Amino acid sequence: MEKKTIAIYINDKPYRVEPEQTIMQAADKLGFHIPRLCYHPKLSIEGACRVCIVQVEGVKNYVASCAYPVSDGMKIHTNTQEIRRARRDIVELILDNHPEDCHTCERDGNCELQRLAYSMGIRKRHFEGEKKNYDKDLSSPAVVRDPDKCILCGRCVRICSEIQKVNALRQAYRGFKTVVMPAYNMPFTESVCTTCGQCINVCPTASFVEKNYTQELFEKLSDKSLIKVAQVAPSVRAAIGEAFGIPPGTAKEKETAAALKRMGFDYVFDTQFSADLTIMEEASEFLERLQGKGKLPMITSCSSAWMKCMEQFYPDLIDNISTCKSPMSMMGSLLKTYFPEKIKTAPGKIFSVAVMCCTAKKYEAQRPELKINGLNGVDIVVTTREAAWMIKSAGIDFLNIKGEEFDHPLGLSSGAGAIFGTTGGVMEAAIRTAYELYTGETLLDIEVNDLRGLKGIKEGKLVMDGKEVRVAVAHGLGNACDLLDIVRKEPDKYHFIEIMGCPGGCVGGGGQPYADANSIPLDEDCLRLRAKALYDLDRSRTIRRSHENPDIQRVYKEFLGRPLSEISHKILHTHYSKKEPKGIIPRGLVRAR
Amino acid sequence: MGKNKKKKEFVITLCDGTACIHNGSKEIKSGIEKQLEKHGISESVRIILSGCLGMCDKGPVLIVNPGYTIYGRVTEKDIPEIIESHIIGGKAVSRLVIDEDHLYNRFFRVFGDVGFFGRQMRITLRNCGIIDPENIDDYISLRGYEAIAKVLSDMKPGEVIEEVKHSGLRGRGGAGFPTGLKWEFTAGQKSDEKYVICNADEGDPGAFMDRSAIEGDPHTVIEGMIIGGYAVGSSKGIIYIRAEYPLAIKRLEKAIKDSRRNGFLGENIFGSDFSFDIEIRLGAGAFVCGEETALIHSIEGSRGMPRPRPPYPSVNGLFGKPTLINNVETWANIPVIILDGADWFRKVGTEKSKGTKVFALAGKVKNTGLVEVPMGTTLREIIFDIGGGIENGKKFKAVQTGGPSGGCLPEKYLDTPIDYESLAKAGSIMGSGGMIVIDEDSCMVGIAKFFLEFTQNESCGKCTPCREGTKRMLEILTRITEGKGEEGDVEKLERLGNLIKKASLCGLGQSAPNPVLSTILNFREEYEEHIKDKKCRAGECRSLIGYEINSKCVGCGACKRVCPVGAISGTPKNPHFIDKAKCVKCGQCYEVCKFGAIDKK
Repeated sequence: MEKKTIAIYINDKPYRVEPEQTIMQAADKLGFHIPRLCYHPKLSIEGACRVCIVQVEGVKNYVASCAYPVSDGMKIHTNTQEIRRARRDIVELILDNHPEDCHTCERDGNCELQRLAYSMGIRKRHFEGEKKNYDKDLSSPAVVRDPDKCILCGRCVRICSEIQKVNALRQAYRGFKTVVMPAYNMPFTESVCTTCGQCINVCPTASFVEKNYTQELFEKLSDKSLIKVAQVAPSVRAAIGEAFGIPPGTAKEKETAAALKRMGFDYVFDTQFSADLTIMEEASEFLERLQGKGKLPMITSCSSAWMKCMEQFYPDLIDNISTCKSPMSMMGSLLKTYFPEKIKTAPGKIFSVAVMCCTAKKYEAQRPELKINGLNGVDIVVTTREAAWMIKSAGIDFLNIKGEEFDHPLGLSSGAGAIFGTTGGVMEAAIRTAYELYTGETLLDIEVNDLRGLKGIKEGKLVMDGKEVRVAVAHGLGNACDLLDIVRKEPDKYHFIEIMGCPGGCVGGGGQPYADANSIPLDEDCLRLRAKALYDLDRSRTIRRSHENPDIQRVYKEFLGRPLSEISHKILHTHYSKKEPKGIIPRGLVRAR
Repeated sequence: MGKNKKKKEFVITLCDGTACIHNGSKEIKSGIEKQLEKHGISESVRIILSGCLGMCDKGPVLIVNPGYTIYGRVTEKDIPEIIESHIIGGKAVSRLVIDEDHLYNRFFRVFGDVGFFGRQMRITLRNCGIIDPENIDDYISLRGYEAIAKVLSDMKPGEVIEEVKHSGLRGRGGAGFPTGLKWEFTAGQKSDEKYVICNADEGDPGAFMDRSAIEGDPHTVIEGMIIGGYAVGSSKGIIYIRAEYPLAIKRLEKAIKDSRRNGFLGENIFGSDFSFDIEIRLGAGAFVCGEETALIHSIEGSRGMPRPRPPYPSVNGLFGKPTLINNVETWANIPVIILDGADWFRKVGTEKSKGTKVFALAGKVKNTGLVEVPMGTTLREIIFDIGGGIENGKKFKAVQTGGPSGGCLPEKYLDTPIDYESLAKAGSIMGSGGMIVIDEDSCMVGIAKFFLEFTQNESCGKCTPCREGTKRMLEILTRITEGKGEEGDVEKLERLGNLIKKASLCGLGQSAPNPVLSTILNFREEYEEHIKDKKCRAGECRSLIGYEINSKCVGCGACKRVCPVGAISGTPKNPHFIDKAKCVKCGQCYEVCKFGAIDKK
């Protein structure tokens, strides 16, 4: 059946469009890009910035095209001199209350406001006056909040409440003093913020950025007395190319390893190796629980933002959480125990750096429970963005570099380790190993398509020796909360649950490269392409099951004994505790808009 | 009233509005009771505490009936005299009686019989001052809750809506949207739940129409809402009222309780299958929460911030359900429309604006207070006939209607009839009913700045034009009043003002520039004087005035003594001199000089 259409006019030219969409949606499809700022397709309509205003004949005021629906016969003007000037003045008003420190700003060259101001042709200023003046909040180990750069588009507020359902941020005060802040204007680190960093991903300016450790890391890299060791998370390689202008979807695994070695690291290891290790421990833990030793469903614990979220909002489920440390921290543990033993050096000499797609890992690295004999397993965490900047800053030609392998003994990984970086990947990897550990037979059909893709909550079933195992996967803290609300009501519904705190999993982490001028933050196509890069890596490996990784087998033989051994428990497992920061809004009192 | 078995000979109505309470009405009540007891006549005099009578500048006010004698500015000391002379002796205490030709006097001569009094006409406030607002029987005795009885027994919901549509009633909150249409939209939505909201978040500076209406007659608002609930198919009403109105809240709470006890609220009202109840939600005093979508967010527990419309609340409102929101004054009209009929209601007012409107008359006018007039009454009639003209023989300069969202109209607009369209055409708005009279002593730039300061402070901060634009306008206005205005500033104000009007998200921003744009339109020369001549003709902008001692100085030294910065020099009996470099323009010398020897320039 042919779809019903209506007639609209844009800039005096007639078009037929589908009804029940906004002017902006209709215009986008017709090739008119109306300038915009607060709009984000994944978030509710804010209508705050007023940059996307257009004129509609018969309507007295300008209308926000992001919010206003099309109707039959509507005559829309997107580019008259009057509306151009109005938009220009609005953007100037935003600039007038924004620091003019573009040259020294982290988002220089990648700032939506900068691009917008340029496209508006603002060359002269008419209304300059007082600017707001708030202190930066540097309290969090992961996310820096700079209210002076905030233009109050509300994207951070919306992603935090609508997608992540954490509700850490809200506008406060009125008029010119309006500012986005955590409840009671507490320091960020004392708030409910899970440090997931999604506010950074969607912020059009530098009002939210990660806590930057690049200078400190350059210092350490030049320290000859230290043995500098890096580990690289799976999804870093899936996205880092974007920071160098390479389209999403191309894994830059060996190039990243080579670049980090050029930058001064003595060893570059792979977090995918410790992901394999995590699977050994986690799959074994699951099988124990399945046999009655411990609570079900078991819920994964790799995602640091998710851990803080759980401790705050679902402390009743602490016993359901796998005690396994995250792959980053497992690697950290080995780097301060097994590895120094192996190279015959003191653990304190090892300087352990994690290159992560994630801001929350900066928080995780500081959790006191994770210390190994008084040392931090990971000393510094830098994000994909920071790493890319360092590579550029160090003068390394990433685009033309010849790839190198990760170092031994902690650099070899299976395909299962690679897919850890995308939603569903941990579960898929766990199933590959758990099945074999439980049944003694090798699982042949290893690609679990039900658990792939960007659906918020995914479910799957697996039969092991006649026993049905029901699994579920959620990505994004909001979906995670929805899933756990189900678990609270039906505790027997699932046996095993994978949760990743960011949309799309780690590939959509808070530390990934910013969207460029032609794309939008957290674009689903981009997330899919990054995931595809990891699935491609998996397929390209001959070893695709964690337990088949010979280096994993060696580390058990030489050091750990077996999964869940005493030493494993000591260095690879951890515990959680209830957290009660001020500003927790009880689930159920929050209405999604 | 039935409970007073013995016939009362006198009724003393004592105004118990906020202003009169502040001026001592509580003490006066106990004083009267003591005096009546002393003379042994407690049984023959009934004391009624009424809601605000609207004559706030003359409070405390009490009325003795029969005879409609109104006493104003009564103190405790006056009570023995009133009781002895008037109640016992039958002779009014003339020195306390408010002038016969006064509007309030006329109103009370006719109250109860005819709806007209002088140039006023009370529909919304019909019971204010007549009934005891805390006594449901008083309300019932004046046909209270008869409208809902009629609706439930004789009318289908659609017929109620038709009646309201036919009445021509338009929203009294300011925008003037046809009330019946709003009802029809909400009624037309299919939903398991719908809400009816009374917007009592009155926030304009100086406005107290809604507060007085609730304080004086809470039941009419409740009855209006029940009728609205029936018409649109809702069983849940919410009154959103600002926490700064404790007396109004207390009276609403009592009225809701009494109404429930009498079966007007609750399950199966009058034995019908219609159920309806009301709860009160308090606002924290944000002006923007008067905007309907912000109000809804506030009730939901979120920050009071408007959202883009459509969807309108009638489709997607409170908790995502269809919601009917009307303001206090609108609700108070509903029972009258039902009982007296839309045909009658249509006769009041103008072609497009039916019924009456309540205004809070304030500023430099002789009689300030609350007035209710038929639509179509001219500004001149309100200001000069009802308000008694300008104080102290000064010259009228402008009238500001619509509060911070409205505009300033100069003398040439005095004969503008008050209705939505005429005021808009003149460059102002009806608004919720603030009316401030301005005389020649007020600086128009200063007035514009005052209102813009208010809207800038009360902007929710969500949309760019309102948050940033009003701030820049305010900065420009501030520099103009400080004598630092630059060529082109007026044009910048116009450019920003028109942008904010057309690009802002909600009504607050869309109307915030009105006080500035309308003063530029009507008093542009004052702006120019400030900027080019560095002169404020009203003498209000402190940076632009200076003090000089003229030849009338006798050298008494009073100015020298009072000057806080030692800017005045001179020897006794010789002319003094002001050092302009030291002078801080506090004006104390000007105030203290008895010889008119100091000029303000």
